[in-house]
Amino acid sequence: MADHNGWDIRMENLVLGYDDTVVLDNISASLPAGKISVILGGSGDGKSTLLRHVLGLKRPMAGKIFLGPHSLFELSSGQFRKVRRRMGVLFQDGALLGSLTLGQNVALPLTEHTKLDAATVESIVQHKLALVGLDKYADYYPNQLSGGMRKRAGLARAIVTDPPILLCDEPTSGLDPINSAQMDKLLLDMKQHFPDMTIIVVSHDLQSLYTIADHVLVLHAGKAVYNGGLEPLRQTTDPYLRQFLDRSAGDMQTPDLRLGQEARDALRAWLDK
Amino acid sequence: MRTLAVLSEMGAMFLFLLHGLVNIFTSTKQLRKIVHQMYFIGSKSLLVISLIGIFTGMVLGLQGYYTLVKFGSEGLLGAAVALSLIRELGPVLTAIMVTGRAGSSMAAEIGVMRISDQIDALEVMDINPISYLVSPRFAAAIICFPLLTAVFDVIGIIGGYLTGVALLGINPGIYFYRIESSVNSHDIYEGFLKALLFGVIVATVSCFQGYYTHMRKDGVGPEGVSNATTSAVVMSCVLVLITDYIVTSFLL
Repeated sequence: MADHNGWDIRMENLVLGYDDTVVLDNISASLPAGKISVILGGSGDGKSTLLRHVLGLKRPMAGKIFLGPHSLFELSSGQFRKVRRRMGVLFQDGALLGSLTLGQNVALPLTEHTKLDAATVESIVQHKLALVGLDKYADYYPNQLSGGMRKRAGLARAIVTDPPILLCDEPTSGLDPINSAQMDKLLLDMKQHFPDMTIIVVSHDLQSLYTIADHVLVLHAGKAVYNGGLEPLRQTTDPYLRQFLDRSAGDMQTPDLRLGQEARDALRAWLDK
Repeated sequence: MRTLAVLSEMGAMFLFLLHGLVNIFTSTKQLRKIVHQMYFIGSKSLLVISLIGIFTGMVLGLQGYYTLVKFGSEGLLGAAVALSLIRELGPVLTAIMVTGRAGSSMAAEIGVMRISDQIDALEVMDINPISYLVSPRFAAAIICFPLLTAVFDVIGIIGGYLTGVALLGINPGIYFYRIESSVNSHDIYEGFLKALLFGVIVATVSCFQGYYTHMRKDGVGPEGVSNATTSAVVMSCVLVLITDYIVTSFLL
């Protein structure tokens, strides 16, 4: 399969959901090749759902997804697999195989798909683990590592084949500020090392957005409410986008947070027992 | 409606089995995974199989002796113990024990992989999850179940010897002579055929329940894995006993 000169991702009239529930309705957007695009949105706004469809794990209810020149769901099974081989994916919790060490996890695509000798695979794995600062942890199992380390190891596995498309699902969620900043730096380094790589990051981390994004797609209430560069987004006057970017609670009225008298009496009796 | 759902699940399970069997032979790299699963299903089950085997044989020895002695036929104890074990109890009890030990573990492990995106990760790495996770377990079960059954049978016969000969005083020569003269190759063939079928059933049901944990309607996440594991054990045991009856009725 000849490589397209760029692996942009385009969505045309996309309707996505589960069973009969529509999560995203009539999305048309384009994520440019060779850039870092951030898919932004609140919890439950369909960011991860969109990612699963771009990965080909779910079929859309309607519409098309193009990866480079290929309409993903109109490809034959063989062509679909060839396109998918060009993707590296960092799942939210790394999705490392628990029964394999970090080294074996990172080596997996190579040992399953190539006839490279063990020494070459080992050297590639060490190189990729060193890129994410985990070269000393090759023999550790995923459950022996922190969440941040698992995510970095997931990133090492995602890039082990130098894929032209890298997709990351919430790479900084649940990480402390230092680990988050390190993850952002890793993604920026990736862009520097692989200028043609299309990097898609699903996130709701504003700090991360301002650090890494070239392009932003914002999802809200089942629609794409913004699709464009970072600078215009900073200047937006759209009320929802402003509220999101300013981390504003808006005019939300907090109801009475206290329990009712009966419940309070029951709890007090339990606490005093 | 319920009947249709059961039939549909059985059909899906059969296709899953075919898919898994075909993928056993896709690559020489499968061999290492098969050996690893043989260690897990086979070697690690040896202790429990031996323990159950010896006590089953000992109980058969006791019960058989006190029944046969009423007819003055206690010399037939060896034949009674061996035939019961080889044709029936060996394959069935081995299958049920391995279901409890390895089948539940297969369902839980694959189920956890499903809910933690590990199976999706395999798919996006273009690694066929059935070939990677399920086929080696099928192959290992097909190889290990007959071997474990053979171990169970031998240890069970030794158990019968301990109670019948060492405890109750039957002549050891008679015990083994009766085994030799009454057990024929057809009995052994029947036992191994059952063991093979039970291996296929247990591996298919357990892997299927784990693999489709996310499709369950009775629970999601950890609850789904827990229910999948329970279903794997219950369904495996029920199918083993139903299959046992069908095979026995055809082969007798």
